[in-house]
Amino acid sequence: MSHDETLKESLTRNGVSRRGFLKFCATAASIMALPPSMVPAIAAALESARRPSVIWLSFQECTGCAESLTRSHSPTVEGLIFDAISLDYQHTLQAAAGDAAEEAREEAMKENWGKYILVVDGSIPLGNPGYSTIAGISNLDMLKETAKGAAAIVAVGTCATFGGIPKANPNPTGAVSVSDIIKDKPIVNVSGCPPIPVVITGVLAHFLTFGTIPELDELGRPKVFYGNNIHDRCYRRPFYERGEFAETFDDEGAKKGWCLFKLGCKGPITYNACATAKWNEGTSFPIESGHGCLGCSEPNFWDMGGFYKALSQPAVDVSQTAAYALGAGAVAGLGIAALNRKKKADVATDHQTVTIHDLRRNDPSKTEAEDS
Amino acid sequence: MSNVNTCASLDTGNDILILHEIRHALRKLLDDGESTIIDLRAIPMAPGEEARIEAMLGQGELSATLNALGKSTINETAFSGAWLITHYNTEDEILGKFIEISKLPSILASQHEDIEVALEQLTHQLLV
Ligand code: SF4
Repeated sequence: MSHDETLKESLTRNGVSRRGFLKFCATAASIMALPPSMVPAIAAALESARRPSVIWLSFQECTGCAESLTRSHSPTVEGLIFDAISLDYQHTLQAAAGDAAEEAREEAMKENWGKYILVVDGSIPLGNPGYSTIAGISNLDMLKETAKGAAAIVAVGTCATFGGIPKANPNPTGAVSVSDIIKDKPIVNVSGCPPIPVVITGVLAHFLTFGTIPELDELGRPKVFYGNNIHDRCYRRPFYERGEFAETFDDEGAKKGWCLFKLGCKGPITYNACATAKWNEGTSFPIESGHGCLGCSEPNFWDMGGFYKALSQPAVDVSQTAAYALGAGAVAGLGIAALNRKKKADVATDHQTVTIHDLRRNDPSKTEAEDS
Repeated sequence: MSNVNTCASLDTGNDILILHEIRHALRKLLDDGESTIIDLRAIPMAPGEEARIEAMLGQGELSATLNALGKSTINETAFSGAWLITHYNTEDEILGKFIEISKLPSILASQHEDIEVALEQLTHQLLV
């Protein structure tokens, strides 16, 4: 497929019928978290969409984000979205290496100057450029150079969006996020460790469909995916409201599916789409599997107290607060968001590391002596 | 990840809300002829809730299978006018699940563009 061919032309050339195209649009709308009534508009936009060039840079990362995407559950539709873009550089996936790979990047930049999408996963070390280089070029130099000609940047994963695990205390490499360095380009932060694959493709599909980036929250994340916190959409929420909490991972409460707040769930301060988009072909998400949310799509999640340490306390009666906010004519979500942010700040200052003892404290078969 | 905590008492209550939404949509279809589509994947559900909705909707008179970019099943539910549409990819994994409230789901009808191609092909075949 050439850069000048539209997505529609490419599908037709591949023998995809109009019905197939409509199915693609319906699924794309669902991926973009847009209402199904938008399908005709999406179809009209995609019919004339031209194939954008994508350059994907990987810095201090574990490749989990690319794994999440390439192993995502919908090879057909997501594959089509990938066919619909031109992935001109991705050093993990491309066959070329070394100078040949760098030439491909430079050529793609030159050919599509001002129009390409730059995808970045991984954080950028500022401590010493030697911590992470590609073909002898430091991450910082490569990012600055490649960002110059980009139409927009998609930072994928919590490392690229907020510094992530490399930035965790004591941040030995001086890791920073993409938005700490690039200030003059639109940046979409697709956070998560890793991000939900459909969220990554959702952002690309949005760019493909509308030629723009989606509406962002104050942390630069697309509102359609990060507009709600996990707690607000969690199916265990009724147990939270009733004060029914699992106290250990194998007590009666855990077996009955009660709220995991006391086991360290960070759902109340975490904004992401896991509760609806889910993972592994929509099978479940961590809370559905019996483990609290780690808060991986939030800045500094690694340093937000122990994973198994409860947030300060469920002292704030959220439903009550929402009622006050509504009574005052305010938007309930705003009141709760402010509270959650305060809670998050409190948690950050109350940092505590996890010990083996913390992990074992719920296992009655382990004694103190064994732990020490 | 497996559903280790499935439990009959888990319930978001969204299954009943969806049934109400379908009821309103059926009324709208009768009064104004307007169709509605509900994206089931956009709604939080407890383990087993989606299956419960499907069981409550039941199976109606008509089922169809579409083969385009993988399979899609289009089943009229026991409530005439409410259709359950499931799109699969070529590996038979579910891509999306929708409830469409309409007289005939739009994806079932032959599409203008495909008819044009068919006309061209048939004309060509008759000329050869
Ligand atoms: S605290 Fe966690 S498990 Fe409990 S309702 Fe909130 S998100 Fe769900």
